[in-house]
Amino acid sequence: MENKKADLLQQPLVVINVGLKDFAENLEAQEADVIQVDWEPLAGGDQEMIDLLKDLL
Amino acid sequence: MTTINGSKEMASGFVIRENQYYDSVFLMGINKVLSKAPGVEQTAVLLGTEANKRLLADIGFASPEIDAAQPNDMIVAVIAESAAVVEEVINGFDKTLKAMVARSPVSNIRTLEAGMSYKPDANLAVFSIPGEYVANEARKALESGLNVFIFSSNVPLEEELELKQIGKARNLMVMGPDCGTSIIRGLGIGFFNAVRRGTIGVVGPSGTGLQEFTSQVHNAGGGISHAIGTGSNDLSAGIGGLTTLSAMQALEADPQTEVIAIIAKPLGAKTLASLVDQAKGFTKPLVGCFLGSGKESAGKYEPIQWAYTIDDAVELALRAARIAPKEVAELERGGEGELVVAARANWSPEQKYLRGVFAGGTFCYQAQQILGDAGIQIYSNSPIESDFMLEDPDISRAHTVVDMGDEHYTVGKPHPMIDSTERAKRILVEAADPSVAILLLDFIFGYNASNDPVGELLGALQKAKTMRSKVGGELTIVASVCGTNEDHQDIGLQIKMLNELGAFVFHSNALATAFCRRLLDRS
Repeated sequence: MENKKADLLQQPLVVINVGLKDFAENLEAQEADVIQVDWEPLAGGDQEMIDLLKDLL
Repeated sequence: MTTINGSKEMASGFVIRENQYYDSVFLMGINKVLSKAPGVEQTAVLLGTEANKRLLADIGFASPEIDAAQPNDMIVAVIAESAAVVEEVINGFDKTLKAMVARSPVSNIRTLEAGMSYKPDANLAVFSIPGEYVANEARKALESGLNVFIFSSNVPLEEELELKQIGKARNLMVMGPDCGTSIIRGLGIGFFNAVRRGTIGVVGPSGTGLQEFTSQVHNAGGGISHAIGTGSNDLSAGIGGLTTLSAMQALEADPQTEVIAIIAKPLGAKTLASLVDQAKGFTKPLVGCFLGSGKESAGKYEPIQWAYTIDDAVELALRAARIAPKEVAELERGGEGELVVAARANWSPEQKYLRGVFAGGTFCYQAQQILGDAGIQIYSNSPIESDFMLEDPDISRAHTVVDMGDEHYTVGKPHPMIDSTERAKRILVEAADPSVAILLLDFIFGYNASNDPVGELLGALQKAKTMRSKVGGELTIVASVCGTNEDHQDIGLQIKMLNELGAFVFHSNALATAFCRRLLDRS
C-alpha cells in the first residue's frame, strides 16, 4: 500500500479541486499545482440511477 | 413550472428548473441579485437536495412539486409584498441567470476521474459539492490514494465514519466533512490567513478556531508548520477523533513541527481517553484549548498543557517553541480602566445588556465561556448549555450572543464571513432595543473572506449609533479582529475605520470579550 499521508506534510501538494472555483483560484494564487473540476452530479442526481450505475461501472 | 400564492400581507411563489445544476456560490450570486429587487422580502435559489427542501419548508415553501424536485433541479423561491412583485422577479430570473452564466467560464473537466487523469501525481482532493454526493466522490479519491479535504457539510455521520475508517486503513488524511481551514506546508485551503511558516503545528475541528490561533502565532512573531482542520464532527462520540489522532501523529512525525496544539471543544470520555493515551507516547510538547471545558478539568488532559482560551494556547505554544512573543498593542486607544469608565458614563439607565453578533462560531462559543465563567448568564442560538438556548434565534433576550454562521441564517445565502448583509440587519435589530448597551462583534480577514469586512458593516454601525443617541445614551461597540498584516484586506485600515467609529478594537476575541466582562461588572 502506498503511503501518501506522509506525502501530505512532506511533499508539495498537487491538488484536484472539485467544486467551488474560488478555492482553486486561491491555490493558484499561492502558486500551488491545482486542477479545477467543474463537477456535476451523475445521472442528474437521481440516487436510484446513481446506485444502479455504481453497480454497473 | 411557476406557482404564485398571494395574501393581503405577503405573496410568495416558486419556479423549478429541471436539470440545471450550478455550484452553491453561483446560486448565491443569483440569489443576491434577485433579493435586491424592490418589494422583495426574501428569496432563495437552491438545488433540490433533501437538506435544501427541508430548509425551504421551514420558510413556508411546501408543495408536492418541491418534494418531487431532484438534486439536479434548481428551485427559485420568492417572498414579496405582492403577487405582482413575485411574478416580476420570477419572470426576470432567466435574464439574470443568462447574464451570470455568460460571466462564468466553465472548465471542461467535469468528473473526479477526469481530474485524476490530468493530474496522476495528485496527492490531495478538495471537495465543495453538495453534501449528499460528497461521500461517494471522496471514497473514490481515497481509494485512489489521495488525501481529502471536504468543505461540504450535511454529510451523514455514518458516511463520515466510513470515510475516516478508509483513511485510517490507507494512511490518508481525511480533513472534514465541514472542514473550513487547513494550512499544509504554508499552503492554505479554504478560509485561512496569511501566516509565516514556522515550528508550531495545530489541529482542530473549527475553521475560525484555527484562524484565530494561526493569526495570533504570526502576530506574536511565531510561525505555523501545518494547521490541520479535522471537520466539525471529528471529536463527536460517533467519530471518536479519528482525524484528530491521525493529524497529531503526522505532526509528531513531522521534522518541521516542534510543538503541537489542539483547539477544540470539550471531549467525551472515550475520545478524551484515546487522545490522552496517544499523547503519553509523544515526544513533542502538547498544548490544548478545549473551549467550555472549565478550569477544574485541566488535569484530565495531561500530558497536554491545558489552556483556558485560544490566546492562552498561543502563549503556551510560543513558550514551548522558545519564541519570545512580540508585544502586540492590544487596545488602540489609551488605558483600559479609564476606557471602561468612559464607555459606561454615556449609557442611559435602561442600557444594561450585551449583544454579540458573530460571524465565527468559535468566537460566539469562547465569548460564552468567558462571560459565563464570570457569572453572567448569556443566551445564544448555539449555547454551551442547552438551558440558555434562545427560543427564537431571531429574538435576543437579556445578554445574548448569536452565531450568524448557523444554518438558520445561511439558507442559500453566503456565510457572514463572506457577506455581511444578514449581520447588518441583526445589528440594527439589536440597536433598536433600548436595553442594549454593548455590541460585541468579530471581523475575520484572510483568503476567501470578504474583501472589506468592516466597510460592509460600517453603514449599519453608524446608523445603530445614531439611532441610540437619538433616544438618549450611547451604544458601545467592542470588536475583535482575526487576521494578520499579510492578509490582503489591509487590516490596519480596517482597524482605523473601527476606531473612527469610536469602537474599542482588540486583537483577539478573548480580549474583546474580557473587556465586555469589565464593562458589565457593576460590583
